[in-house]
Amino acid sequence: MNELKKVVIFGATSAIAEHAARDLIDRGASLFCVGRDQGKLEVIVTDLKIRNSTSQRIEGYVADLMDTEGHSQILKVAEETLGGIDAALVCYGTLPDQKRCESSFSMARDAIDVNAISVISLLTELANKFESQKRGVIAVVSSVAGDRGRQSNYVYGAAKGMVSIFMQGLRNRLAKHGVSVVTIKPGFVDTPMTEGFDKSSILWTKPEKISKGLVNAMESGKSCVYLPGFWRWIMLLIRCIPEGLFKRLSL
Amino acid sequence: MSKQLLSWNRYPRLCAAQIHAISNRLAHLPNAESSMLAYGNGRSYGDVCLNQDGCLLMTRYLDRFINFDSDSGILRCESGVTLEKILSIIVPKGWFLPSTPGTRYVTIGGALANDVHGKNHHSVGTFGHHIRSFELLRSDGQRLECTPSKNSEYFHATIGGLGLTGLVTWVEIQLAPIRSPWMHVESKSFPNLKEFWSINQQYEAEWPYTVAWVDCLAQNKQRGRGIFFSARHASMEDAFPCFKENSWRIPVTPPISLVNNLSVRVFNEIYYRNPNRPNSKLTHYIPYFYPLDKIKNWNRIYGRKGFLQYQCVLPHESAEAAIDSLLEIISKNGQGSFLAVLKTFGNRASLGMLSFARPGVTLALDFPNHGERTLRLLDSLDFVVKEAGGALYPAKDSRMSGEMFQCGFPEWESFMKFIDPKFSSSFWRRVTQ
Repeated sequence: MNELKKVVIFGATSAIAEHAARDLIDRGASLFCVGRDQGKLEVIVTDLKIRNSTSQRIEGYVADLMDTEGHSQILKVAEETLGGIDAALVCYGTLPDQKRCESSFSMARDAIDVNAISVISLLTELANKFESQKRGVIAVVSSVAGDRGRQSNYVYGAAKGMVSIFMQGLRNRLAKHGVSVVTIKPGFVDTPMTEGFDKSSILWTKPEKISKGLVNAMESGKSCVYLPGFWRWIMLLIRCIPEGLFKRLSL
Repeated sequence: MSKQLLSWNRYPRLCAAQIHAISNRLAHLPNAESSMLAYGNGRSYGDVCLNQDGCLLMTRYLDRFINFDSDSGILRCESGVTLEKILSIIVPKGWFLPSTPGTRYVTIGGALANDVHGKNHHSVGTFGHHIRSFELLRSDGQRLECTPSKNSEYFHATIGGLGLTGLVTWVEIQLAPIRSPWMHVESKSFPNLKEFWSINQQYEAEWPYTVAWVDCLAQNKQRGRGIFFSARHASMEDAFPCFKENSWRIPVTPPISLVNNLSVRVFNEIYYRNPNRPNSKLTHYIPYFYPLDKIKNWNRIYGRKGFLQYQCVLPHESAEAAIDSLLEIISKNGQGSFLAVLKTFGNRASLGMLSFARPGVTLALDFPNHGERTLRLLDSLDFVVKEAGGALYPAKDSRMSGEMFQCGFPEWESFMKFIDPKFSSSFWRRVTQ
């Protein structure tokens, strides 16, 4: 069981992160919450402080994570504030409009910058820190979309796939140092990021369900977790379809 | 295109054209093409929380606490926070909801919009009496902070205003102090209505919480028999073991209602005669206030067609005779109501223009939906209620006529000017057009 007493959350205003923060508080964690939108972050941090019944520390920190230069500074402040770091949860992203990305490379690049490049910068900092302290948990919310490229969202999928593969390598590198590297692959989650989608099918899940599985996976140090679990089998099936057939499907 | 949202009794089934989740109270309302209405946790009955072909603003992610002063018991939170979550935070600090309905899965915004009441109405009034302030977000972008003295017209229109005056983003309430999460409960059976009136008068004077269960299938001499429950918050601390709630759920919706004449008759007989029922006991607040919350989706036992709730209030002077006639009609008709609850309201006037609670006696019933047959029965109950000068509870109604509503809520016309031009509900259109 990994200790989750001092946790940094990157992207604390996202719906999954907000619910994960509530679950972490219930398990006794102090939190350092990094978010971009000051107004939203204040609302969430105030709420978390009221939900917190003991003397755990909960702090908010406004930063734009696209500014990769600032990442090491954020970690330094987080470490000073919490008095060490047990775990980091990276939980932010945007869902780009695939059609517009097809006609605009700069949109595609923005989506890859947010969803992959900035995450890899953070992971580089976190990996070196946890490698030297010889313990810790790095959890990143990737996506089932990163398991196979599909015409409907392959720009987002490529970015998430990059993160998933980067995490695989990182896990391989840090396993011998006692660091858990946890890739979370949620399916369809009913959050503001997916506003406007038809959410009537049973494949959609509420963020509070995802966050429970996420925190459990961090605690037990799992490698790669599909949430809800049935997505493991759906994605296994999708990955098994031969490319010759797959390219003719519209999934 | 979106998932169909239902009210708790699963009737009527009306489809909204659009569902929009609100998660940021600082943002403007969406620019919806059709009329809007807030939808909290879907625990009201009927169509008061539905908006056919319109836009529902889902508030379940508008669920943050804003301020809690554990010295003064003043709590401010967003409108989508459920009473369950509030209780989990305030009870350990020695506070309780000043007034609570029979389920803790309602949102605080819903409690405000329906100006709900609890078993302590005779001592403290409705939920609205304990609201200090709230913010009303209008479709034109205005944010009105409403208190009894500031924007007071909107304060009185919005409390019990069925969500029509705009979106309530946050609510501030005054909590009530308690010394223990446990309740001291007494129960006493009564053989007929006459006995009920005398017990009720005696207990109301001494107990903050009172309510009675009535066997609505008992006929003739036994008509109006039931059990009277009175309670108060326990005063001792730390004297009781820790409480663990076990809940279970109905896994599937049965094709037909499991609540029927036979099952209700058997249940009522056993419940009324239960020899093991203690006269006095200590109960944790959860099973006392929220017995049905234990079964997560108890609404399913009524089957696919759902059920209809019927709650009326009758003025004191006509109540005794009217309740006797209502029970007579129901017991003769033989369509059993599983939950038949009788309670007197206190004399404190409600704050809302459309508030339901008023001095008198309230009877709450529910019936499996058998289509025409059930609707005819409820129409015949309406006749008695209207003659007696009573009113029906909009939060529990799926079928009353416009005339019935307008008689019971004479301020409805002056209320109209406070309705947000972009807000509407299926209920409102049904009873006013």
